[in-house]
Amino acid sequence: MAAPIAANTHERESSMASLKAVSSVAPLALRIVAECPVSKARACTLTLPHSTVSTPVFMPVGTQGTMKGITADQLEDLDCHICLGNTYHLGMRPGPELIEKAKGLHGFMNWKRNLLTDSGGFQMVSLVELSEVTEEGVTFRSPYDGKEILLTPEQSITIQNSLGSDIMMQLDDVVSSTVKGPRVEEAMHRSVRWLDRCMAANKNPDRQNLFAIIQGGLDAKLRKACLDEMTKRDVPGFAIGGLSGGEEKDDFWKMVTLSTDHLPREKPRYLMGVGYALDLVVCVALGCDMFDCVFPTRTARFGSALVPWGSLQLKQKQYAKDLQPIDPDCQCPTCRRHSRAYLHALFKSDTAAMHHITIHNISYQLTLMRSVRQSIIEKRFPEFVKAFMKRMFSSSEQYPSWAVEALQSVNITVN
Amino acid sequence: MRSVMKLELSRVVQGCRLGVLNGLGKTGQHCLEVPGCLLYTRCATVPHLTQDTLLTLSDLPSVTQVTVESLAEHQEVLEECKEGVRKFAGLHNTVLFCSLHDSVNPNPAGHVTNKTVSVWGSGGRIELTAARFMAIQAAIQPDCYQSMADGETWQANSSRKRVRKAVDRTLAHLDECLMLHQKTQELKQAEIFGVVEGGDIMEERLRSTRETAKRPVGGFVLDGFHSAAMNQDVRGQLIQAITAELPHEKPRLILGVGCPDQVISCAEAGVDLFESFFPFQVTERGCALNFNYTINPDPETAGTSSPTVLELNGETPAVTEPSKNGDENMTTFEINLKDKRYQDDFRPLEEGCDCYCCQKHTRAYVHHLLVTNELLAGVLLMLHNMAHYLGFFRALREAIVNDRLQDFKNRVLSCRERDVSFK
Ligand SMILES: [Zn+2]
Ligand SMILES: [Zn+2]
Repeated sequence: MAAPIAANTHERESSMASLKAVSSVAPLALRIVAECPVSKARACTLTLPHSTVSTPVFMPVGTQGTMKGITADQLEDLDCHICLGNTYHLGMRPGPELIEKAKGLHGFMNWKRNLLTDSGGFQMVSLVELSEVTEEGVTFRSPYDGKEILLTPEQSITIQNSLGSDIMMQLDDVVSSTVKGPRVEEAMHRSVRWLDRCMAANKNPDRQNLFAIIQGGLDAKLRKACLDEMTKRDVPGFAIGGLSGGEEKDDFWKMVTLSTDHLPREKPRYLMGVGYALDLVVCVALGCDMFDCVFPTRTARFGSALVPWGSLQLKQKQYAKDLQPIDPDCQCPTCRRHSRAYLHALFKSDTAAMHHITIHNISYQLTLMRSVRQSIIEKRFPEFVKAFMKRMFSSSEQYPSWAVEALQSVNITVN
Repeated sequence: MRSVMKLELSRVVQGCRLGVLNGLGKTGQHCLEVPGCLLYTRCATVPHLTQDTLLTLSDLPSVTQVTVESLAEHQEVLEECKEGVRKFAGLHNTVLFCSLHDSVNPNPAGHVTNKTVSVWGSGGRIELTAARFMAIQAAIQPDCYQSMADGETWQANSSRKRVRKAVDRTLAHLDECLMLHQKTQELKQAEIFGVVEGGDIMEERLRSTRETAKRPVGGFVLDGFHSAAMNQDVRGQLIQAITAELPHEKPRLILGVGCPDQVISCAEAGVDLFESFFPFQVTERGCALNFNYTINPDPETAGTSSPTVLELNGETPAVTEPSKNGDENMTTFEINLKDKRYQDDFRPLEEGCDCYCCQKHTRAYVHHLLVTNELLAGVLLMLHNMAHYLGFFRALREAIVNDRLQDFKNRVLSCRERDVSFK
């Protein structure tokens, strides 16, 4: 566990200066604002080419260069500073050439703040049945024209260079987190080799950060080996990959905490594909800074609104006459104007109902992370976690045991 | 005290009535310029738009249209809400006009009886007596509303007998609505609009008009004239005959007419108010309105430069050869953004348009959103199409003010000739 640091301005500035010396070329600076004296949680400011991001941060996913019916202005109004685009989808449609002509993905979607793009590899393995991984790259059949396409680490970076994202992800060899045996080891070693190829291929190291992705499945030895190898490289940040794919939560949190134990303190840690409120709070306690997940926006389109005590299925009849806002304490544009009953009614006739809930859900995620951050800065993160758990579950018997154990491992006792 | 809604006409040019409908709303502080349109909604929401995106539009019409059709199934919660649909739906500060049907949705025929009409909600058919209709109005609490009407006789094969019956029923409904209106506390300050029916039979139209005008109504709704119902000449003659019988100081709203050329001819026939479902229909087929309605402000030079439509945006009209994606209902007033030609077109939907979409985004981006079925496409197109449509009405009024109606008409109708000249 890292020692807490003083958070006065003077010291912050000097620590940033020393950081710049560590990775002088990367267009990224991480300033640790506060560290929880009890757990591994930390609050940082992450300066990226397009704006500064306060962490811990949740990054909404805008797969195809748009945030599910929400305009860029609305997303800005929610104080979102970084969101995701998917390289696989954007590489297919409209294609990297067109996006480059449009001055990158920022220009194409007219988003002035930061963007993170994935490598495209994960989608290929999960969405496309016919994919084959070789040392060269991932071969798959295009779902649009049936042609065989080979995505190499170099090509992934070339596309991401065209997209112009502030943070790019290396192409990694993804295996399902439930797979065991030699394939996991092979994938881990290959991911290390592919990281080197990605780093060599990055044409814009002065403008675009390339993050490594820690692999190794659920095998602690392999994870540790991957961490040892990858942390030798001077990358601006690290992602924890290969998790949140249906593995046991007991395995999941142990891999997360193992990773943060060995990742350098001065670089951002991004836990991929994690976005349930409970997982966010626990993994912040385990020392992660950045998160992304399609869940909050996807679930909104099915009428599910996230609240501190779980979620409301607004299409259900019980809300037809419920004239309260989704969450009376929420300050989002939806809750300030609309009732559960109206959203229930609107769901029967117009897509705007989805937009209202998407706005609320993104606001919920971002507000949760802001509260987490504030509690870390004010040195009351453990109390925050306890209050969060109390609100989310009706009794402490309902607390998932993995979460209790994970929090206990960083000295936060919730029951 | 009854409300003080009053139409003040400033001039009439080629039959077009220019004026202001004053004294609208509960406190009478709203006004609406005519010729003009109401703001189209479904379930009291402009399709695709949230309050934030809606309010990016400048000069929204001061009157919003809601329908019994989309709200009838929510009667109970509206009653519990007690403050009407404005509060229930979290609407902005707007005047509400409530009509019976949504002009976009087809209404299955054969469900009208002597005592009832039917609307279709998400849960199926809802049969309305005048009493139920008025109870729903009391729950909605509009500022103006259309009286219950038998509007089923627009079909070309409606018999004279059926048309006569529709006129009789509609008058009977009006009398019952007026009677109940007096007794309904929630509607004390509301205005009721009488409905003119009569299909395409002149004498029935005249009878309907004269009888309705005898009643204490605040304005008139011209029903059964929607685009598919009859040919433009017949419609023009009927509307002219109707408006000639109507008192000058009361507004006339036509239902089901939205296409710009038809709007102009209806305005020339004396219609004041229109719906704005048309930009929504254009949005739903992935199209953007881009017809030109700007006329040169100097009449001296207007005759010398007669710019062709080609010059407008420096492109060939998209309508000459409808692409595979083309919608058969597409008009010559719009471009089909699903068309591949817009894939790498980095211009705004329309040069000079000040809507959010045109200020922020390109045709290429909207094209991408359409081909990937992204929800933002509907949002951006709705914003642009509504902005363009409102601009068209503004330009129509300006043309009347400046004695340039004929130039305006020529300019708008030149879009109609696009497809002829390019065939
Ligand atoms: Zn909210
Ligand atoms: Zn526009």
